Amino acid sequence: MKKRKFDVKQLPAATAGAIDDRYKVATPLRSFLNKVFPDHWTFLLGEIALFAFIILLLTGTFLALFFEPSMQEVTYQGSYLPLRDVHMSRAYETSLELSFDVRGGLIMRQMHHWAALLFMAAIVVHMARVFFTGAFRKPRELNWIIGLLLFWLGFLEGFAGYSLPDDALSGTGLRIASAIVLSIPLVGSWVSTSLFSGEFPGEIILERFYILHVFLLPLVLLTLITVHVGLVIVQKHSQFPGPGRTNHNVVGERWFPRYVLKQGGFFMLVFGVLALMGGLFQINPIWLFGPYEAAVVSSGSQPDWYVMFLDGSTRLMPAWEIRAFGYTIPAIFWPTVVLPGLLTVFPMFYPFIEARLRKDKGFHNLLERPRDVPERTGLGAAGITFYLVLTFSGGNDIIADKFQISLNAMTWAGRIGLLVLPPLAYYVARRICLGLQQHDREVLAHGVETGIIRLLPDGRFIEVHQPLAPVDEHGHGELPYVGAPVPKKMNRLGALPPAVRGFFKPIEEPAPPKPKDREKIETH
Amino acid sequence: MVAHSPRRPRSRARRRAIAALRMLAALVLAGGIYALVSPNAQANAPGQLSAAAQEGRALYETSCISCHANNGQGVEGRGPSLIGVGSAAVEFQVETGRMPAAAQGAQLERKPPQFNSDEARQLGQYIQELGGGPEIAFQGEQAPKGDIAHGGELFRVNCSSCHAFSAAGGALSSGKFAPSLEPSTDRQLYAAMLTGPQNMPVFGDNQMSPQDKYDVIAYVQNLKSDTDPGGWGLGRFGPVTEGVAIFLFGMVLLAFAALWIAGKS
Repeated sequence: MKKRKFDVKQLPAATAGAIDDRYKVATPLRSFLNKVFPDHWTFLLGEIALFAFIILLLTGTFLALFFEPSMQEVTYQGSYLPLRDVHMSRAYETSLELSFDVRGGLIMRQMHHWAALLFMAAIVVHMARVFFTGAFRKPRELNWIIGLLLFWLGFLEGFAGYSLPDDALSGTGLRIASAIVLSIPLVGSWVSTSLFSGEFPGEIILERFYILHVFLLPLVLLTLITVHVGLVIVQKHSQFPGPGRTNHNVVGERWFPRYVLKQGGFFMLVFGVLALMGGLFQINPIWLFGPYEAAVVSSGSQPDWYVMFLDGSTRLMPAWEIRAFGYTIPAIFWPTVVLPGLLTVFPMFYPFIEARLRKDKGFHNLLERPRDVPERTGLGAAGITFYLVLTFSGGNDIIADKFQISLNAMTWAGRIGLLVLPPLAYYVARRICLGLQQHDREVLAHGVETGIIRLLPDGRFIEVHQPLAPVDEHGHGELPYVGAPVPKKMNRLGALPPAVRGFFKPIEEPAPPKPKDREKIETH
Repeated sequence: MVAHSPRRPRSRARRRAIAALRMLAALVLAGGIYALVSPNAQANAPGQLSAAAQEGRALYETSCISCHANNGQGVEGRGPSLIGVGSAAVEFQVETGRMPAAAQGAQLERKPPQFNSDEARQLGQYIQELGGGPEIAFQGEQAPKGDIAHGGELFRVNCSSCHAFSAAGGALSSGKFAPSLEPSTDRQLYAAMLTGPQNMPVFGDNQMSPQDKYDVIAYVQNLKSDTDPGGWGLGRFGPVTEGVAIFLFGMVLLAFAALWIAGKS
């Protein structure tokens, strides 16, 4: 009988061929694997959010195996002694079991919570990068809007998760949420009654939030994330301006194989940082808060950081209650319903507003450096300042207590700061942008400072500049200003030997400097 | 000369002597009634103070009298009357270093005490004997054993709204604050609940029985000695420090990771 020939080397090719025979994937896969990613570290910020989301799905699945969203009243008999024989809901009891009795439960809970904070933090930082570089411009307006929706969905998802353990802190947050819903004119009480199936807290809210938290919202998030990332692939990645980069190409590295490896490594780094935080830093110690009771409101009760700006806006809002036509609009309506509404609608339409104002209908695959659009950068700085003032005001009692400042002074500083600081930030950021632009133009016109001061025979001192390109009869460079990075130091022009590469030890010996180059620079 | 007739009018000298005697009797009577009615007169007599209170009185008269005046009567706008505050309040204020006060402000802060605990108790004894008032119900440093879980329930309802869930303290209005309970001893905790120093409400024995107070003390002391099972507790300040941590540690670390990995090409 003929021995069957089995060639290991041929195995991948044979398998791939067999798959392609059946499913015809070679052509689409080739273009996908050949996708080019431009290499810039800020393009990895969104991926931190993506990776955090994956870790959220994994750790969340583990938690869901042990958690019961039940509001049935039980008497705790678990291993945490300071809560023995205390009446609590089944949800809180299972959260305690997860923390103290399930093997690895606490680190899973903590990693899940840290990953949620990281998810939102990475979204916000990524959004800032997209905004300041103008990556939201045509053709990417839809992806900007999807990103914004992802922020608000993450916000809701996080809040639902924060409410689930039914400890005193999460119950306090839920009580505030119910007050916010009740403050909406006309429909508030109807919405609240249907949400809680009666009066707060009712008996069903946790089950509803549980389905929202583990099924509906993750499903919508996952769908939108897929569309978000898919659009980046379809529309190609934007890139910073630079040599050889145009609106019609992408300069970077192919997706496969090295870039995939890098992405895998980066995922592991995100995972590692979250595991480190989950193991080293305690987060949301629910056993200290105790079970939720309406009478228990601890001082220092805050939401997680991404909700804190709404807490801050509530703290800063004066108690203005409007009564008209038989209806009451409580003060809480403005900072917690109207403000988030504005913060959703205005950014959503911002790409179109900016295009209209700049009379700009073109395609933009090249990014703009923040300094090259000073008004937008100023607006972004004002927005971030506005957000930060609100966020810090959300924790103003902790700041007041730990830094020994009067709480009333903190509130007034927040109120005044909210009105004064954003315009100031706009002005300062715009001036900095203009200054940086001016410096770029100076270098393009006169060259890089060499640090050499020359004494002329007539006694004058002149500073020697190294032009970046051939100069005209006035000694001015002829390079146009295109918004690309301009070298500002002589060692960027090869005046010094290149920096030694390598993380722990040099990966290559630096080349000795060529004496000719040095002379050339000095004779200029 | 015959014997004196009874009808004979009394001599001037005798009348004067009788008047003087009557005057003396009236004075003694008035003084006696005053002595009986006025509590100060009795307490003023140093002979009736216990030995500890006399020591306390000596300390009082060198360190406290300038604000709280002679016999703890208080000075308007400077120091309140100490009549009836009891030894618990004195011990608390002196042992935590709040008294003698360095300056008047929104609230007195804990500082290194000027008197050791023996002296603080002598001062407390003096004020106690001066005007009475609430006293710490147990002797010695350790409070009787309490039920931690019940204390936790009482703590969350009654204490956490100012001192926070972790007893790390919290802000009140206009520069006032609920201090951290970290350095507090059993006696100080009991005295604070009993007397309500500064901005703290009084939890009298009819509101919270001594046993309830022992339960709260047991919970607070357990809270302090309890190690954080989840790692470093970040000061147990809640989500504020957690938000700081995710940016200063998580985001910064990952931004550097992104820089590093994007540079590797």
